[in-house]
Amino acid sequence: MTSVSIKNLDLNFGSVKVLKQLNLEIDHGEFLVLLGASGCGKSTLLNCIAGLLEVSDGQIHINDKNVTWEEPSDRGIGMVFQSYALYPQMTVKGNLSFGLKNARVPKDEIESRVARAAEILQIEPLLHRKPAALSGGQRQRVAIGRALVRDVDVFLFDEPLSNLDAKLRADLRVEIKRLHQKLHNTMIYVTHDQVEAMTLADRIAIMKEGLIQQLDSPAEIYNRPVNKYVADFIGSPSMNFLDGDMSTKGKFKTGGTEIDLGNYEFVDGPIGAPVWFGFRPEHVIVGEAATSQPFSTKVVAEIVEPMGSDTLVWTSIENQPFRVRVDGQASIKTGDEFLLGFDPARASIFDKENELRV
Amino acid sequence: MTNSSSNTTVEMTGPRGAKPKRALSPRNIMIYGVLLVVACYYLLPLYVMIATSLKGMPEIRLGNIFAPPVDITFEPWVKAWSQACTGLNCEGLSRGFWNSVRILIPSVAISILIASVNGYALANWKFKGAEVFFTILIFGAFIPYQIMIYPMVIFLRELGLFGKLGGLVLVHTVFGMPILTLLFRNYFTSLPEELFKAARVDGAGFWGIYFRIMLPMSIPIFVVAMILQVTGIWNDFLFGVIYTKPDAYPMTVQLNNIVNSVQGVKEYNVNMAATLLTGVVPLVIYFASGKLFVRGIAAGAVKG
Repeated sequence: MTSVSIKNLDLNFGSVKVLKQLNLEIDHGEFLVLLGASGCGKSTLLNCIAGLLEVSDGQIHINDKNVTWEEPSDRGIGMVFQSYALYPQMTVKGNLSFGLKNARVPKDEIESRVARAAEILQIEPLLHRKPAALSGGQRQRVAIGRALVRDVDVFLFDEPLSNLDAKLRADLRVEIKRLHQKLHNTMIYVTHDQVEAMTLADRIAIMKEGLIQQLDSPAEIYNRPVNKYVADFIGSPSMNFLDGDMSTKGKFKTGGTEIDLGNYEFVDGPIGAPVWFGFRPEHVIVGEAATSQPFSTKVVAEIVEPMGSDTLVWTSIENQPFRVRVDGQASIKTGDEFLLGFDPARASIFDKENELRV
Repeated sequence: MTNSSSNTTVEMTGPRGAKPKRALSPRNIMIYGVLLVVACYYLLPLYVMIATSLKGMPEIRLGNIFAPPVDITFEPWVKAWSQACTGLNCEGLSRGFWNSVRILIPSVAISILIASVNGYALANWKFKGAEVFFTILIFGAFIPYQIMIYPMVIFLRELGLFGKLGGLVLVHTVFGMPILTLLFRNYFTSLPEELFKAARVDGAGFWGIYFRIMLPMSIPIFVVAMILQVTGIWNDFLFGVIYTKPDAYPMTVQLNNIVNSVQGVKEYNVNMAATLLTGVVPLVIYFASGKLFVRGIAAGAVKG
């Protein structure tokens, strides 16, 4: 049974097409993350679902009811905004109960719902304070609480953690995940942060220029990106790409280096055309162990970036930059020659013409 | 050897800490000197007015306008307020004052109320034709009032409001609309849009959002609009003299009639007192509103 379903959605701002014939089905209790660079239409899509933007064409169904023309408050959604959007002149309690008062919910019902939300989010001591007297993390909890008291089936999050510092972001991320496990609501979460997307999502929809590039589980998106854009977008440091061709069946050739693709899983079997050979920096093995890999070569470390837990080494294969992520304790220094190796089965190969996975 | 990052005190020579400032540097003398001279220059007329208003006529005839009053008398003030004559009427300025108050309060209240709703609708509810409507309104702000005087006379006559206080209130409301709407629209646009969205998700409607969310957040801009309107309407002369009849003249018009009456002796002390009395309301607003007043002037500067 679907919770939210979007059918052939179009949205134009004047002559600019922001969303193009978008289709999306979200199951009950699913945590869906819309991920993309800024300007890809992910927030626009969320605003359309919320009813804050009028769609140009297409339909939106929530709980099998066509809500395309409904007011935001009648759609059975709660929304959490990036800037918290708390009403500054009201207390926390006033903020939580504002929507319920508008819906003419009886007073004792309001009391009990506010109390429950406050308990879940542990903001009981703050109920009589004004938003200005709260920290960023507390404000975002109140904002989540405001969606919570509405007792809705669908939660919409618009980059809720982007205004918080890194440590708080990590804490609240876990809390949102805990909340989802407790409530089992449908959640649609917009972010540009791939860590949030990977950790929170049941499924991720990666968007670019108003189109969904790939809709899959985080693992599938990480391991088998459908095109070069997705491969490049997901992963930090991002994927290495080697420019070459596969004119010899089952072999990738770039400059004088040849990589036997061995047991790489092709989508439709190997093609004889120019391709991008993508490989994640963290899947490269260095040192003695590299010799046991199907492919290995000797390279020189050009730049070394130690990051504590691990170290990023910039090197090159056939004059094309190639990043390698090694253990933080590894003793590679700038100018050192070392051996790297990897298993081409973990690579992602894209047709150079249409940038799709082969 | 001591560890360089420990908290031990290190020997230092040469400049340290904040740079000392001299109180009597050439720079300071220059700045304060110029400010003092300019302040005196602007305060001098005010001093002359106050001094003259406290003198009796014999003292004024001596011609020393800068001399402080020897015999302080409040007679001219009393006369200006309750006895000065304009034509046949000898009730003083008090009648004009109450006329002005009766014009001021509804004009300020109605114009701010309408303009704030206009600005809110233009900023937050992007209705069809909003841009066109706004452009027309702003265009109105750049048309000189004088052009519209005669059409307005006919308009008021047709409405049966010509010569009545209600007519003048209508005129002030209409002419205040472009600048006030612009003021409110810009302010509401500067409020975070997400707040408006959150209120919509919470089920508040057009008026609900206006009264419960926007209004409580906009007190400063309401004060600015009020300052702008109160000083503007109080100081207005042109509309007052055109659209009302003698018994409904506002204070400014009456002041003019007192000061410019050509019969008999020119009572400079009464004239000065009358002028000061008329200027009291804007002056009180200036001093009471402080910082917000500067914003009011800055907003009013758009009017040109």
